[in-house]
Amino acid sequence: MDEIIFLVNKVVISGAVLGSIYALGAIGVTLIFGILRFAHFAHGDMMTMGAFVAFLLAALVGAMGITAPVPLAFVVLPLAVVITAVLALLIDRGFYAPLRARGAKPVTLLIASIGVTLMIQGLIRLVFGSGTRNMYLDIEDKIIFRMDFGWLGGTRPLVLSQPQILMFFVTLACITGLHFFLTRTRMGKAMRATSDNLDLAQVSGINTQQVVTVTWLIAGSLACLAGTMLALDVNLRPDLAFNIVLPIFAAAIVGGLGNAYGAIAGGLLIGVTEALAVFNWTAVLRPFAPYLPFGMELPANLALVPTEYKLTVAFVILVITLLWRPTGIFRGLST
Amino acid sequence: MAMIEMKQVVGGYGGAPVLNGVDIAIDNTDIGVIVGPNGAGKSTALKAIFGLVKVASGEVLFEDRPIANSLPDRLVPMGLSFVPQEKNVFTSLTVEENLEMGAFIRRDDIRDTLDSVYEMFPPLKEKRHQVAGELSGGQRQMVAMGRALMSEPKLLMLDEPSAGLSPRYVGEIFDQILKVNAAGVGILMVEQNARRALGFASRGFVLAGGKNLFTGTGKELLADPDVAASFLGGHG
Ligand SMILES: Nc1ncnc2c1ncn2[C@@H]1O[C@H](COP(=O)(O)OP(=O)(O)OP(=O)(O)O)[C@@H](O)[C@H]1O
Ligand SMILES: [Mg+2]
Repeated sequence: MDEIIFLVNKVVISGAVLGSIYALGAIGVTLIFGILRFAHFAHGDMMTMGAFVAFLLAALVGAMGITAPVPLAFVVLPLAVVITAVLALLIDRGFYAPLRARGAKPVTLLIASIGVTLMIQGLIRLVFGSGTRNMYLDIEDKIIFRMDFGWLGGTRPLVLSQPQILMFFVTLACITGLHFFLTRTRMGKAMRATSDNLDLAQVSGINTQQVVTVTWLIAGSLACLAGTMLALDVNLRPDLAFNIVLPIFAAAIVGGLGNAYGAIAGGLLIGVTEALAVFNWTAVLRPFAPYLPFGMELPANLALVPTEYKLTVAFVILVITLLWRPTGIFRGLST
Repeated sequence: MAMIEMKQVVGGYGGAPVLNGVDIAIDNTDIGVIVGPNGAGKSTALKAIFGLVKVASGEVLFEDRPIANSLPDRLVPMGLSFVPQEKNVFTSLTVEENLEMGAFIRRDDIRDTLDSVYEMFPPLKEKRHQVAGELSGGQRQMVAMGRALMSEPKLLMLDEPSAGLSPRYVGEIFDQILKVNAAGVGILMVEQNARRALGFASRGFVLAGGKNLFTGTGKELLADPDVAASFLGGHG
């Protein structure tokens, strides 16, 4: 029983948490690619930026002596989302829109977004320093829920942290909201139409400028959520989400570029697979150790992939998917 | 006064001009048909009206207002609508969503228009929740034309609406075009099916090399031995 609980803790829960973060990031990447046809490399840093916005707001609110039963970063999240969304739009207006207006090629925009990456990270380091920060204020504790499975013969609890639970519900709400937006609203349908066929969208009289604006607002909002969640789950650093931009892109591509549902599936797939790959199977196999043939012993670490090489998992999934289905699981746009 | 008028339009895609002085004029009661060899600039002429091709010189007037180089987001609300030759449906959207996108500029109730499009093309009603990419060529053409009608245009421009369709569908699409026109919508279309289209055209334009070669009523063009010799030979 303990082994199963350990497996659930390490694979299902960590995988789903990581997967949700990848999914929220990948939705932004995929929407931006669908509408503007370029790989927004700075998306990870937009997530980090969102986390720092939430951090700053939480510190401000904390300084005013306000307390809450959930982390303050969570309380200020709605405002942080709005601010990050506006910042995302301003980044577009300031850096990408002028290039688009001159008919820049996608690769030019990609390089510009690498510039934005450096700029955001530089600004964050300038203001907050390059160290690691705790998203929780000094007075706050990370609340951990332990579910006891003693009645099933387990001695270890199932561990869930409060941010993990909150993150689960926020991700669920976002995905439901996004689905509703894309399939039921005029602007959401126009976004899908523009992503499907930009020329025809223009010919139909769809205001594609407005579509671009809405795309950045959504991508920025989700980036703020994902970044804050990630920072609550681990720690806040200037390169917080830069480190996961590769699995995020892999998730978007695996799911089918331009397809928001694909991005969700891709994010969860990669998150859970990564967790499975770095999982130490020894712990689960230990009860079988006595049955091993004489002379054989369980190694101390039986992970499929050493943790340092976790990033390769996303690439392996990416390569396999592209060989099997070049446009991704959900048949996205081809480039 | 014509509803839509191109006067000596010169324009193209940035390099050497593709249109070298095109003249087109039709009324809201007209069906104008543009015919001509491949690469004559027929599609380009329609795109020039719709702001998709730069007009370097000459005039484009819609209801006497100059519209050259205006973008579709201004033209659609004025009452122009365009069905491109290719990629003219949103393949990943459902039939109904395609039609709704045609009505994007409208803020009023679109249900009556939607019903009238379904009445024109009954197969679309049946398949309204199906993704447009899964439809046959003929049904896609219906979606494309339906989408363009959803903005309740005064002028409907169609680029080869019968291309690649089986004879049954060709007849059906042409019938619907006649009906739309009878309801007071001006039609300007490019057709490869030249003989048949000129048969019901009130105005015909033969383009070649980006210029008008012949202009007249459909009947005049059909009767003209030069036109017949050069352009109507191969086509039924
Ligand atoms: N997007 C484009 N960019 C540059 N040149 C183009 C473009 N589209 C068409 N042309 C050129 O413009 C000329 C006229 O093309 P157009 O599509 O208007 O011909 P068409 O009369 O519609 O022919 P078809 O019967 O094949 O549809 C051709 O020489 C073509 O190569
Ligand atoms: Mg053409």
